[in-house]
Amino acid sequence: MAGQADVNRRTGDVPAPGADPSPSPVRVFLLNCGSSSLADRAFSGLMLVCALSIFAIVILILVELISGSKLTIQKFGMSFFFGSAWDPVNGNFGALPFIYGTVVSSILSLIIAVPLAVGVAIFLTEMCPDFLRGFLAFFTELLAAIPSVVYGLWAVFVLIPLLRQYVNPFLIKTLGWSGIFAGPNYGIGMLAAGVILSIMILPIISSLTREVISAVPHSQREAVLALGATRWEMIRMGVLRNARIGIVGAVILGLGRALGETMAVTMVIGNRPEIARSLLAPGYSMASVIANEFSEASDALYLSALIEIGLALFIVTVIVNALARVLVWAVTRGAPVRGT
Amino acid sequence: MASNIVMPPLRARASNRVWRVFADHLATTAAVGSTILVMAPLIAIFGYLIYKGATSLNLAFFTQVPKPVGEVGGGMANSILGSGILLAIASLMGVPIGIAGGIYIAEFGRNRRLANMVRFTADVLNGVPSIVMGIAVYTLIVVPQKHFSALAGGVALGIMMIPTITRTTEEMLLMVPLNVREAALGLGVPNWRSVVSITLRTASPGVITGCMLAFARVAGETAPLLFTAFGNQFWSTSVNQPIAALPLQIYVYALSPYDEWHRLAWGGALVLIVLIVVSVALVRYVAGRGVLKGAS
Amino acid sequence: MGVEIEVSDLNAWYGTNHTLQSISLRIPANHATALIGPSGCGKSTFVRCLNRMHETNPIGRVTGTVRVGQVDIYAQSSPVEIRRRIGMVFQRPNPFPTMSIYDNVASGLRLNGYRNRKVLDEVVERSLQQAALWEEVKDELKKKSGASLSGGQQQRLCIARALAVDPEVMLMDEPASALDPVSTAKIEDLIFQLKSQYTIVIVTHNMQQAARVAENTGFFLNGKLVEFDATHKIFTNPTDKRTEDYITGRFG
Repeated sequence: MAGQADVNRRTGDVPAPGADPSPSPVRVFLLNCGSSSLADRAFSGLMLVCALSIFAIVILILVELISGSKLTIQKFGMSFFFGSAWDPVNGNFGALPFIYGTVVSSILSLIIAVPLAVGVAIFLTEMCPDFLRGFLAFFTELLAAIPSVVYGLWAVFVLIPLLRQYVNPFLIKTLGWSGIFAGPNYGIGMLAAGVILSIMILPIISSLTREVISAVPHSQREAVLALGATRWEMIRMGVLRNARIGIVGAVILGLGRALGETMAVTMVIGNRPEIARSLLAPGYSMASVIANEFSEASDALYLSALIEIGLALFIVTVIVNALARVLVWAVTRGAPVRGT
Repeated sequence: MASNIVMPPLRARASNRVWRVFADHLATTAAVGSTILVMAPLIAIFGYLIYKGATSLNLAFFTQVPKPVGEVGGGMANSILGSGILLAIASLMGVPIGIAGGIYIAEFGRNRRLANMVRFTADVLNGVPSIVMGIAVYTLIVVPQKHFSALAGGVALGIMMIPTITRTTEEMLLMVPLNVREAALGLGVPNWRSVVSITLRTASPGVITGCMLAFARVAGETAPLLFTAFGNQFWSTSVNQPIAALPLQIYVYALSPYDEWHRLAWGGALVLIVLIVVSVALVRYVAGRGVLKGAS
Repeated sequence: MGVEIEVSDLNAWYGTNHTLQSISLRIPANHATALIGPSGCGKSTFVRCLNRMHETNPIGRVTGTVRVGQVDIYAQSSPVEIRRRIGMVFQRPNPFPTMSIYDNVASGLRLNGYRNRKVLDEVVERSLQQAALWEEVKDELKKKSGASLSGGQQQRLCIARALAVDPEVMLMDEPASALDPVSTAKIEDLIFQLKSQYTIVIVTHNMQQAARVAENTGFFLNGKLVEFDATHKIFTNPTDKRTEDYITGRFG
């Protein structure tokens, strides 16, 4: 072993004048400790395997989802995503109502949440007094971490009655002519789903936008102010212009979260697989149908249809999240981003 | 760059200046307004959750199983225990693998491309809907075993913990300054020992709170448990049987028609919220103190 | 008890940057050797090549031979054993922040598996005395953390930590540059006392310091070793004009 040869060579040294010819016990011990290269290699190998587990998880999910949806892929092919009939009894499955529900509720939530989230982010970074900022930032982080089912619980007992009694009648009266707010007023439905989703994605969009805005260097702000700009002009030209890629990324991340949100949506969307023009009508989302009907799926084709919806959901959210991360990374330069 | 800023022509006319000042005030009002519009209801929601939860909690909540329908009283003890068991399984799986993965990309990521890919994939995985994890574990474990089980639920939650813990561990390890690692290497300490006994130990407060955060996040997950752990009305400690979980029961109770079960749901929600508040506060506290205890 | 260091044709790179070009010299045992030169001349890189710390940088690369007491340190694949024989003190003090003073000094032994409590106690006391820190901390060895000491004390703690593993060579990369003048003086005294027992290589940008503590001095410029000779000769009658320019303050 290399270590042994070293010791032999060492004892062949000509000792320096006045040197201690017998090495101390400490020195002897350390010389005989040996090379740790085996332990080092084993350790880094073990760590590597664990790091690779991340890829293993992705592959596992893909494999399971694809093999689980084989039946419906073979039977329906691409028409699965364009059919609007969901008829488990007769074995006829079309995923369009769920795609519609997921997309519409998510877009609705973005329409509500994005302007507000960006406004909050701007306030917190550019206008907020220091004593308030810490509390509000902490509170925002809390809200982002509250479980979906808790939001759902609140939605069922507070939001739905609120919508049913005050908001929906108002909307029907004023905007009912458009057909978007029409029909029976159950309280549950697409609008409720959009609202609860907007509440849930707002903290995330806001936190991420704040980080992106904070990453804009002060020199940019100062340059604009030095030209005599008002504060709003400084924000518009010095900050938002530089951060807009990252803000788009934050919005897309919020979209990704909205697309996959399951429990709260399931509790308020109405669970009816139909495409309706009115936002007050019950609907169904991709995640909700899986949550509701998976354990009850009575035959293999039914289960396969649900798994295929899960596969579609997986692929879409991966693409959306990857896109969002790339955009946010471009602005914050790869610094680890906290808060999902 | 300042060169590509297009300023409105600075005319000497007062009207232009007045408009710009007005726009500034309008923007400020909009920002403040949206903050109030957002924060006030959110604070109200939060307060309502705490109020409803607090009025629902009593000692029985933590010690008794649910009473049969129609009877008053009872608790969610079995759900709390069930969540505990699920989280124990999940942590046993997720914490070591996650920390090890984080160690790899922070300390051995010499091949920076691999580390970047792991990091990116972990972030993307964090955004995947948790119900998808449930489906994957269902086909992987529940189908071959032909029954729901706590094991399946624990594995689903564990899979969710791995990307989160990997990222937070990496973040915390990277905060340990280079010169501390160099001191260990310069002493002739083996690399693995230096990573474990010096770097990891220095970063341990942060790493532990990162695990806590992942724990709290996964504790509130319902979707992946719907068809893996499945839920259980009775007291169960078996790993191979379906098992109750707090968020799962909250879901079932919320949608039920019984007032008593609604009360239990609010109580359970408060327990989850307290867990979240404690972990988020802890993470902020540790992050604020910095990774180096007592370092100048 | 120190050993001689012989360097032949040493070249070092940071990525594509050829930081050290064909360095050859012989550092005598039981003496202090100073390395001087302007910023970026490669003297720190050189010292880090002597205990294979340069390669800890992912883009660091070394060719050539370095013999520490007859042993070619690059001949074997694992640098860990080499580093146990060569102690290093860094520019900014870096005690382990989670450890007490005692644990810091004992770390080189403990982390390699040494368990004998009695010997550890003796080693810690001896090392702290050699580093002239014992009197100041002897009552609080296990209670105070290493990071709670002052800058000068921390650096002496790092010296004690390096001495505890009984190395044959001590490498010091600008050990006093981050310290106040009083601490600097204490460290220089230390070097004076230690050099009879160890081979010391000290990198410094302070020429007066080199003149005070070292018997031999090497002048580095742009990655090359320009001149290496007895200290008094370098500073009073240098052979190379570039050395003379540096000494007299024309640059750097």
